[in-house]
Amino acid sequence: MDDAREEMGIDACLLAGRLMMEAGAETYRVDDTMTRMAATLDMEGADSFTTSTGIIFSPGGHRRVKLTSIRKRATDLEKIARVNAISRSLTSKEMTLEQAYAELKKVERGNFMFPFWLQVLAAAVASASFLILFGGDWENMPFAFVAGGIGFAISEKFHERTRVKFFSEFTGSAVIGLISLATVSAGLGSQLDIIVIASVMPLVPGLLITNAIRDLMAGHFMAGISKGAEAFLTAFAIGSGIALILSLQGVGM
Amino acid sequence: MTYVIHGVFSFLASAMFGVIFNSPRKRLLHCGFVGAVGWLVFLASRDLLLEGDAVKASFLGAFAVAVVAHLFSKWYRTPMIIFSVAGIIPLVPGGTAYNTMRNVMEKSYDAATVYAMEVLMISGSIAMGLVFAEVIIQMIFKKKSTEK
Repeated sequence: MDDAREEMGIDACLLAGRLMMEAGAETYRVDDTMTRMAATLDMEGADSFTTSTGIIFSPGGHRRVKLTSIRKRATDLEKIARVNAISRSLTSKEMTLEQAYAELKKVERGNFMFPFWLQVLAAAVASASFLILFGGDWENMPFAFVAGGIGFAISEKFHERTRVKFFSEFTGSAVIGLISLATVSAGLGSQLDIIVIASVMPLVPGLLITNAIRDLMAGHFMAGISKGAEAFLTAFAIGSGIALILSLQGVGM
Repeated sequence: MTYVIHGVFSFLASAMFGVIFNSPRKRLLHCGFVGAVGWLVFLASRDLLLEGDAVKASFLGAFAVAVVAHLFSKWYRTPMIIFSVAGIIPLVPGGTAYNTMRNVMEKSYDAATVYAMEVLMISGSIAMGLVFAEVIIQMIFKKKSTEK
């Protein structure tokens, strides 16, 4: 293997790892994918150290160790599936290294997210469904629909603008609390509690919670603890947003 | 009838979460199915078997989610996480967490502690359900592959 090709192999492994971490894959899966790819590319003794903020990859032998940092984290299951498919076809020799690297680059540039309006609609429908699952009355469904959709939209837009996760989730849940409180005190809806709980569900850090546990159980304590901290912070932000609005209720809103 | 309504809405909620989490488009219905199975197992076991014990029911619900998600992931050769994440969402103890916070706000810390403990227990049992299912399934598949 000549030098340029070797470099490309190392970059491909790191890129695959980074894309998966950014999309919210479990840490042990990222490690597994990178070592499998390295084994196919004849890097004996390759090893990696993955945390939720960065990956250190050592290709083994006298090759250079490289690292990559992970600055943004989102939930993008489509990306995980695509990178997984590429690494599978690389390890089964259906794809050459050059093809795989080009494909990975394509995934990096690509945007596979659903359009924003569809995500908002999904959040709204999910909130309305949760209202029924949590034992709410049918006539309160429209309020959960509206509050859930608007809350999710505001949280996402604030996140785009400010890049501070805590703040965006706080604002989103505060708006949800405000809408729910307004509809109930205007006499339109009843069951304030259930409307709030159902509308807040789209903001819940579901992926973080499950991943934190899975990583802890797989022995990735660094990644597990840091993901757990992120999940706790998110939950705390949602809680305090709602708490702020509920405290207004006492003041006589 | 209740179960039909709950089945439909948990399917809908989980599939919509598939959209929010950007699942592959072909897998959205599977996400919904996993969520519906998990929720129905949770509901049926809580009300019929366990006399309203949400902690044990969450364990069973999460267990069911992980089993179905694992089968799908073997079948379609995609990571299991794609199916399990959306499916687990309905089981998250959002209501109990909300009650904890509300009681803290009203300065009734006694009630808040009770709810907080319940949140902790339920999240723990969801985690255990996921992990147990995975370990057991892996044991079964390993056995099969060594027999061949």
